Amino acid sequence: MSEQNTLTYARVNDDIIRMLDKPTFKWWALFLPTLFFVGFGLFCFIYQVYSGLGVAGYRHPVFWGVYITDFVFWVGIAHSGTLISAILYLFRANFRMSIYRIAEAMTVFAVLTAGLFPIIHLGRPWNFYWLFPYPNQRELWVNFKSPLVWDVFAVSTYLTVSALFFFIGMIPDIAAVRDRVTGAPRKIIYSILSLGWKGSNWEWLHYTRAYLFFAAFATPLVLSVHSVVSWDFAMSNLPGWHTTIFAPYFVAGAIFSGLGMVIMLTVPIRKIFHLEDYITLDNYDGMAKLLILTSGIIGYAYGAEFFMAWYSGNPAEWGQYYYRITGEYAIFYWIMIVCNVVIPIPLWFKSVRRNLKILFIMSIFINIGMWFERFNIIVISLSHGFDPAAWGIYKPSWVEVGITVGSFAWFLMFFLLFLKTLPAVSIAEMKEILPVPKKEAQT
Amino acid sequence: MSDKQGVLGIFSYLDATLETVRKLKDAGFNNLRVFSPFPSHEIEEVMDEPESIVRFFTLGGAMLGVACGVGFTVLMSTDWPISVSAKPIVSLPPFMIIIFELTILMGALATLLGLLVNSRLRRNAPKSMYDTRFSVDKFGVMITCSKDGVKDVEEILNSQGAEEIKIDGV
Repeated sequence: MSEQNTLTYARVNDDIIRMLDKPTFKWWALFLPTLFFVGFGLFCFIYQVYSGLGVAGYRHPVFWGVYITDFVFWVGIAHSGTLISAILYLFRANFRMSIYRIAEAMTVFAVLTAGLFPIIHLGRPWNFYWLFPYPNQRELWVNFKSPLVWDVFAVSTYLTVSALFFFIGMIPDIAAVRDRVTGAPRKIIYSILSLGWKGSNWEWLHYTRAYLFFAAFATPLVLSVHSVVSWDFAMSNLPGWHTTIFAPYFVAGAIFSGLGMVIMLTVPIRKIFHLEDYITLDNYDGMAKLLILTSGIIGYAYGAEFFMAWYSGNPAEWGQYYYRITGEYAIFYWIMIVCNVVIPIPLWFKSVRRNLKILFIMSIFINIGMWFERFNIIVISLSHGFDPAAWGIYKPSWVEVGITVGSFAWFLMFFLLFLKTLPAVSIAEMKEILPVPKKEAQT
Repeated sequence: MSDKQGVLGIFSYLDATLETVRKLKDAGFNNLRVFSPFPSHEIEEVMDEPESIVRFFTLGGAMLGVACGVGFTVLMSTDWPISVSAKPIVSLPPFMIIIFELTILMGALATLLGLLVNSRLRRNAPKSMYDTRFSVDKFGVMITCSKDGVKDVEEILNSQGAEEIKIDGV
């Protein structure tokens, strides 16, 4: 990476730790409205708990709506963080170095957001713990054959492992911050978080092995979690849901939307914090190539779904897909196709892949498209099932919209706090890709 | 009080650090620690430490996870058997998902435990033998030796161009 040759070890520390300086007016100008929208989302939730689920737009036959769409969307966003941090680590792809911390933070916060939605979706959210197997007075256990129980295990494991992976990756960098900051509260907090890290060969030996094992665990985990989420649908006997391609189709979609989110977050961060020497155009080029790949996979999956529905000769199945492109919800289907399949096509050109303005705008469209993909899968399938007498239309209510907006604010709130409290680029790993200082070279 | 003494040499260059370690080992000083701002295979090679035992923690945790997964699903399903559509009470394909997730969860937690037990609790350097520049751009070699050996160590550190030498307890 030629752009990084001007960097020195000391400059890496200076530049990254400077990001943790006192928040500026701009930061507050973004953070306070974020808090307002979190509050609004909370208000909507309290109103829903008080009034009952009727205030969410659920109507027969659609009882999974925007909340489950949001759940799948946020779980999907969470995926590319682990892809960048774990899978690309195992493949030794150096372009991950500068962006993986941001991607991991995004993962943890997105899972935190996703985990709220199954609870928000419950009629009696205070009973959410019934999903866990625990000895209770009725001597009943959960049904391990239910995909919803698989979800509980998969998502809680994913949250735990991705949070640990995020934290472990940060230990040496927190030690670097500890060594730099002055003032009692900050020094004490960073000292505790760094777990007494000193950077000795003994520590690095165990650390690098542990990190490798974490990456090796996180890789199959990330693939399993979104597969399990897809089985929430695929295990049901409903046209549009009951299909074997759902697992790979969901995983590819998750990586696609997650990469879109990484680009959406890093482009402004790079500009605001002047990280041009760290997050280089090569990094974006690599991510854009992954976008082409995953866009191709989901484009193929959209086509395969249609082909299978037609070729199977099953009228209910074909009816569902015909309804998707021509029915009341057709506009959302075509938004999805344009955003996810058509808009990324220019990424085949190198000049587009290295143009950050275009990439940023494209990533917004990709996320809109991926949100609608989940909406289409969930809502259109439910509203147009086997029995024409049970067809119906669902419209999200203001409460659902409020909670969805609140969830974006909730995610952004954590992210803004992260930028001001923890090193957003890996200091130790950036040094790994810089030329090593050698005495020989000086003489 | 023991008659052990800690000596710390601070270097700017990796090759000088590696050469110092080689020289010290040749001179019979084997109680060494090297500090660096990033993980380095070269340091690992020259130090020649035994392979990390974190992997056994990982393996143990993963196996415990498999056992817990099988135990959870099978015992709980048979504790209150509910037959649905004449499907088997103990049905491995869906249980595999729970077993898989618990394997990963317990394996990851055990890896964390392995990391903490092996690197932190072992207290690999006293506070006075740490320099905050090790997290920026300096390398350090810490030698624990007898009081008689301090002079020899200092000589080797100086010959390799150590920028600073700290002696603990003198």
